Amino acid sequence: MSALVIAEHNNLFLNAATLHTITAAVQCGGDVDVLIAGNAADAVATEASKIVGVHKVIHIDASDLGDQLAEPLAAQILAIANQYSHILAPATASGKNVMPRVAAKLDVAQISDITKIVSSDTFERPIYAGNAIATVQSIDPIKVITVRTTSFDPVRVSGGSAEITKLAPVSSPGKSDFISRDLNQSERPELAGAKIIVSGGRGLGSGEAYQELVLPLADKLGAALGASRAAVDAGYVPNDYQVGQTGKIVAPDLYIAIGISGAIQHLAGMKGSKVIVAINKDPDAPIFSVADYGLVADLFTAVPELTKAIT
Amino acid sequence: MKILVAVKRVVDYNVKVRVKSDHSGIDIANVKMSMNPFDEIAIEEAVRLKEAGVASEIVVVSAGPTPCQETLRTALAIGADKAILVETDIELQPLAVAKLLKAICDQEQAQLILLGKQAIDDDSNQTGQMLASLMDIPQGTFASKVLVENGKVNVTREVDGGLETIALTLPAVITTDLRLNEPRYVTLPNIMKAKKKPLEIVKPEELGVDIAPRLKTLRVDEPPKRAAGIMVANVAELVEKLKNEAKVI
Repeated sequence: MSALVIAEHNNLFLNAATLHTITAAVQCGGDVDVLIAGNAADAVATEASKIVGVHKVIHIDASDLGDQLAEPLAAQILAIANQYSHILAPATASGKNVMPRVAAKLDVAQISDITKIVSSDTFERPIYAGNAIATVQSIDPIKVITVRTTSFDPVRVSGGSAEITKLAPVSSPGKSDFISRDLNQSERPELAGAKIIVSGGRGLGSGEAYQELVLPLADKLGAALGASRAAVDAGYVPNDYQVGQTGKIVAPDLYIAIGISGAIQHLAGMKGSKVIVAINKDPDAPIFSVADYGLVADLFTAVPELTKAIT
Repeated sequence: MKILVAVKRVVDYNVKVRVKSDHSGIDIANVKMSMNPFDEIAIEEAVRLKEAGVASEIVVVSAGPTPCQETLRTALAIGADKAILVETDIELQPLAVAKLLKAICDQEQAQLILLGKQAIDDDSNQTGQMLASLMDIPQGTFASKVLVENGKVNVTREVDGGLETIALTLPAVITTDLRLNEPRYVTLPNIMKAKKKPLEIVKPEELGVDIAPRLKTLRVDEPPKRAAGIMVANVAELVEKLKNEAKVI
């Protein structure tokens, strides 16, 4: 039995999501290999070789692998898939994109977004926006898995010394082309891995209010910025701020929800947070049912007051 | 150009689901069912492409038990031309659905296949990608913008950290995200018209597809409940609690 982890990276650095996925892979039992498929991604392969718990790093370099397009990436994974009992990737936009392609070609089910490994063939995963947890057993010879990263601790990034094996790329279909990427640049911590998140909702009433109230508080706390779907749909903030069932799943030490009512799909994305604070003027807002500390108040006075009180 | 859209009948998104007392699954008896919201966006996009003159025909497909016909009628009322139900009472998992859809796609020869990015019941987020893989065609998942031109389709995708645009050779599979469009309301005259549109029923056996489930659900549980929190009277008390009790700031 051995596991292959599909690393997520930008050809320069590993994404932290990979470190959480390796922990899950180790728990499946057996050796853990890591695949670095990229374009001139030697630095990433070296970085991966130092991770504790990694048995072997497989490095495949090709010009069409640089942008992690699903079609060429799936082709590379499939070329080595049969050597493994488990193939895992983080349940990120990239992992969710490529892994079902791999599973379908192997004629196996994919087990999506697992939160716990019960045994090498049995896993827990949330369904219905986290309102139920299913325990599922796979009867397939290869388990193709995406991992909810917030449910597994990261592995240590130094101290290991795995060998790096470079493989030649297989030819790939060439039916997709990368055109452009428009990523939001920010000095703030990334939403997915942040220790503190300040999140704003429809109660703010405008994008200006988000800038004037949420930003200063996040600055004071060194926090990442989040939002409810309602706030994103209303255009207050960009779409990648969205926390929820179909946005990002987060589990920071502290989550501050400002003017967020707490729709089921939002709660699905943040109720794993250690401490939840909710500030809302409606005492009946569902967000208070998951909050450790609730404050019924007008956010336009309470939030500046809170920002000022934090030293 | 022909477009094929796949839709799923799911528990309505407003329903708070309950786990069955024997932990065998979710209680869906007498629960309101609707079209998966992401699939509604897929149908809407197909209809807009037809209205724009890009598409000539829209075929909508669903797989599942008899009541899925209602979901297909809704899709016909939004603007699809023809519906196909792959009828079965067996639990369908994403791989099986992808195989059924491939069999239908082989018959229909659609150039563009649209699906919701995930169903809000099992939250798998697999079927579109699996279908593209089985058909050896490219995919554009989590689409927030779709532009068809010169035998290609440009898809802007919602990815971690922002947006990404890719170009795909047709035929291609696209899975829709929330911000692609806002589905229209279905009007009564269109509901009446939809009743007269063709709805074909086929069985998985006729398509020669093995739909046996590969994942066995051993049990379903309620998620762990959060311990009840407290209400604080003012900001000062909140800060005090966060500092001294929760010790997070």
